[in-house]
Amino acid sequence: MLKVTDLKVSYGGIEALKGISFDVEQGQIVTLIGANGAGKSTTLRAISALVHPVSGTINFMGRDITSFNPQRVVAEGISLVPEGRRVFANLTVKENLKIGAYLRNDKEEIEEGIKDIYRRFPRLKEREWQLAGTLSGGEQQMLAVGRAMMAKPKLMMMDEPSLGLAPLVVKEIFSIIRDLKSEGMTILLIEQNANAALRCADVGLVLETGRITLTGTGAELLDNEQVKEAYLGAD
Amino acid sequence: MFQTVLPYLLSGISVGGQYALIAIGYTMVYGILRLINFAHGDVFMVAGILMVYISAAGVPLYVSIPLVLVATAVIGFTIERVAYKPLREAPRMSIMISAIGVSYTLQNLVLYFTGGLNQQYPTIPFISDTVTIFGATTKRVTVLTPVLTIVLVAVLVLLINHTKIGMAMRAVSKDFETSQLMGIKINAVISTTFVIGSVLAGVGSMLYFTNYTTVIQTSGAMPGLKAFVAAVFGGIGSIPGAVVGAFIIGICESLIKGLDIILIKAGITKSMLGLTTFSDAFTFALLIIILVVKPTGLFGEKTTDKV
Repeated sequence: MLKVTDLKVSYGGIEALKGISFDVEQGQIVTLIGANGAGKSTTLRAISALVHPVSGTINFMGRDITSFNPQRVVAEGISLVPEGRRVFANLTVKENLKIGAYLRNDKEEIEEGIKDIYRRFPRLKEREWQLAGTLSGGEQQMLAVGRAMMAKPKLMMMDEPSLGLAPLVVKEIFSIIRDLKSEGMTILLIEQNANAALRCADVGLVLETGRITLTGTGAELLDNEQVKEAYLGAD
Repeated sequence: MFQTVLPYLLSGISVGGQYALIAIGYTMVYGILRLINFAHGDVFMVAGILMVYISAAGVPLYVSIPLVLVATAVIGFTIERVAYKPLREAPRMSIMISAIGVSYTLQNLVLYFTGGLNQQYPTIPFISDTVTIFGATTKRVTVLTPVLTIVLVAVLVLLINHTKIGMAMRAVSKDFETSQLMGIKINAVISTTFVIGSVLAGVGSMLYFTNYTTVIQTSGAMPGLKAFVAAVFGGIGSIPGAVVGAFIIGICESLIKGLDIILIKAGITKSMLGLTTFSDAFTFALLIIILVVKPTGLFGEKTTDKV
């Protein structure tokens, strides 16, 4: 579904990605793990066209989207749930959902979509008319996921969805991710919580200073000694 | 007493409305780009000059008025595309300097065409007619301005709060990058902001110059500055703030202009004290006070972010 080939990205001469290649198959959860500064966020930002790669290609459902702008990437069916949630604090909860469907024009279906999000996250329904800035961190994360879903994406990318949330809320977020997968959504996930991420992932990729150093199924990486030592903490 | 104060009050409300129409342009552009668009006062002046030239060409009013508004919109749009858009990623200071450059360019272009002579603004019949309100004689524009201003502001607020483009404007003003991730074309939204601001300044110029009757290349400077102060006073980025600020400044300024006469009529003073000269100083003193006491202004942005 998504095919990234030899992707290189630099920021002002410093190479953040030194040529990475990986595939995401339809219906899979693929997770990128790695230390801060390894290039995880950069990978997602390059796919979303927020940064432009120096070289390499990004292919989505048979189309080369490397040179697309962010609007066209969204239109192709790739949504990003950005790091730090980034809900529009000055918009209401409902408006945040509506703006997720900005490129869609099917009014009735959008209303249906909003109802569907409210069924999944009843707490958002309760806070429908509140400004998003007044929500708790967990609620904001649900809103950010809901907002991304409103674009009807084929591939959903999530950048650190559990960052800064209470353990109970983190559990909830991962159960949302599993639900999405069971409904057939393809997910590319970045997580500092490598343990939880690998447990729900079909494929795990380990990123180290701009290179992919290890690839395997979630279970394989959970068992890998190097991964255990570097990312899972000694038990 | 009332009879003495009334004309000043009326003209204050009127000029306040005109400042408000300019101030909205400042505050909206600031809200979205965090830029003080120094060229905005000059766009207002150019709208006045265009009206002079288009009318001189014998174009009837029902054509020239919409034509001037469209032309002003095009000018606002073009300024943004040519002078500000290429600097989107540049430090804020660069785009500010670019704005000052645009301001002088417009003034000098007009100087070139007019030769620096005062241009007589065409008379717009209906609004320049004389009317009498509670015994005070004034032009109809004086009464019409606040009404028109409030109607336009109401329409604008509805647009911003209840339409898709309005929602996009609010989103872009908060977060460029995330807006892009929603599929919003931020350049289109920014252009829309400039177009709206310019059209309102165009309307403002018609009302203002009907009152002051002449236009020269520097005519935009003072009203522009006053409107800017109004926007800061009201809390820059806030539309209701800019409008309230503009009315307060307009009214105070006008009352100070008449203060000598009002005081004499009231029997408080015996002779003219020359207080009129302080009417401009008042506005700028207010700017200093606001910046010291409450830099966010009357309706300054409340931050509801939770990090």
